[in-house]
Amino acid sequence: MEIKVCGPGCASCEKTQKIVEAAVAAQGVEATISKITDFQEIAKLGIFSTPAVIVDGAVKSVGNVPKQAEVEGWLKA
Amino acid sequence: MESIKPIKSCDDGGNCGSSSSGVNNKKMTGRQLGLGLLGLVLWYLLYTQLLPFSHFFSYDLLGFEKGSHLGDSIQFFVYDTPKVMMLLTLIVFVVGVLRSFFTQERTRKFLAGKRESAGNVMAALLGIVTPFCSCSAVPLFLGFVQAGVPLGVTFSFLIAAPMVNEIALVLLYGLLGWKVAAIYLGTGLAIAMVAGWVIGRLKLEHLIEDWVQELRAGEAVVIEEKLNWTDRIDRGREAVRDIVGKVWIYVVAGIGVGAMIHGYVPEDFMASVMGKDAWWSVPVAVLVGIPMYSNAAGIVPVVEALLGKGAALGTVLAFMMSVIALSLPEMVILRKVLKPKLIAVFIAVVGGGILLTGFLFNLII
Repeated sequence: MEIKVCGPGCASCEKTQKIVEAAVAAQGVEATISKITDFQEIAKLGIFSTPAVIVDGAVKSVGNVPKQAEVEGWLKA
Repeated sequence: MESIKPIKSCDDGGNCGSSSSGVNNKKMTGRQLGLGLLGLVLWYLLYTQLLPFSHFFSYDLLGFEKGSHLGDSIQFFVYDTPKVMMLLTLIVFVVGVLRSFFTQERTRKFLAGKRESAGNVMAALLGIVTPFCSCSAVPLFLGFVQAGVPLGVTFSFLIAAPMVNEIALVLLYGLLGWKVAAIYLGTGLAIAMVAGWVIGRLKLEHLIEDWVQELRAGEAVVIEEKLNWTDRIDRGREAVRDIVGKVWIYVVAGIGVGAMIHGYVPEDFMASVMGKDAWWSVPVAVLVGIPMYSNAAGIVPVVEALLGKGAALGTVLAFMMSVIALSLPEMVILRKVLKPKLIAVFIAVVGGGILLTGFLFNLII
């Protein structure tokens, strides 16, 4: 599973990163988590508010810090 | 791999909104409304007790003489700190809940259809209630351009969002009174509207970086969250935890400074440098403010100190606005999407507006 966290590195982006890591650990799934910090790259994905989370190419959340339970839900599907 | 700390899941805070609980009623339940009203009544009762308590604490409990320097300073501190903190908590909570209705996506969609002038006014007003932090300025700018929001309208939003915010207003109200807060709100909005309008008139669309222009063809990903009242109240609580947790130190510092000035600093200490008669102090205040970067909470105690020492209101207001609205770090970030010439125009127009405001208030007050 491939998870990408988009954000320039502000507080909410860091929080999102931590939540995603915790969700991955809690679900025990194999996943690589990477960060996208470049605005141009983020914008090309059609994302205009950060933080955003992409799971296997599908944009799951935009512009808010997701809750851990939510993220775990995306990982199950 | 580094160890991962378990993050508090939302289960222990009751239900977790749309995904986990089956309940997704959009209406506020009677229980929530009742608890909210009860909370408000308790808040008010506590608030009215602050002044008598501070008198009791300083003069009866600690036994200071009424009218003594130290006694008055302590009373001022014991009264003002909880007062401002309570106001801050209430307002941040209300705005946090309010913001769950105004997402950036909605604001963008709304402004996309607006013409200039009316658009500038709406953008400045929406800047107050739309969630915003300085690091989201660039994605937000890109989103606005992509959605076809006019450049001037976008700038109105970008100016108002950091400058006019609830924390600055509460602190100004709590520390300097409602008049200063109202003046700040009014002039902040006016500058955002007019500066955005002027930038729109100048037709500078070609000064946006080329790769941004290409985005216009693309499609924005929008995920609408389904929120019920439990979620919205949660948002309010999070905002309080987040913001009040960060800001309290500035509040205490600000009130501490105020308490000192109250008793010990000569009144007209700053009058010769930043007073009404020193006309050059307004442009100097704006110039000094640009490289300085602080959020609204950090600058208010400074403002209070300057005013307390005899600086003129217009000069101080200009300084505060320059620090918040024209920040070097934000310019550096915006450089990714704007050509240098447009950034220069932005600084000139906004700086000019702030300058005028400063002169105007020094003249009339």
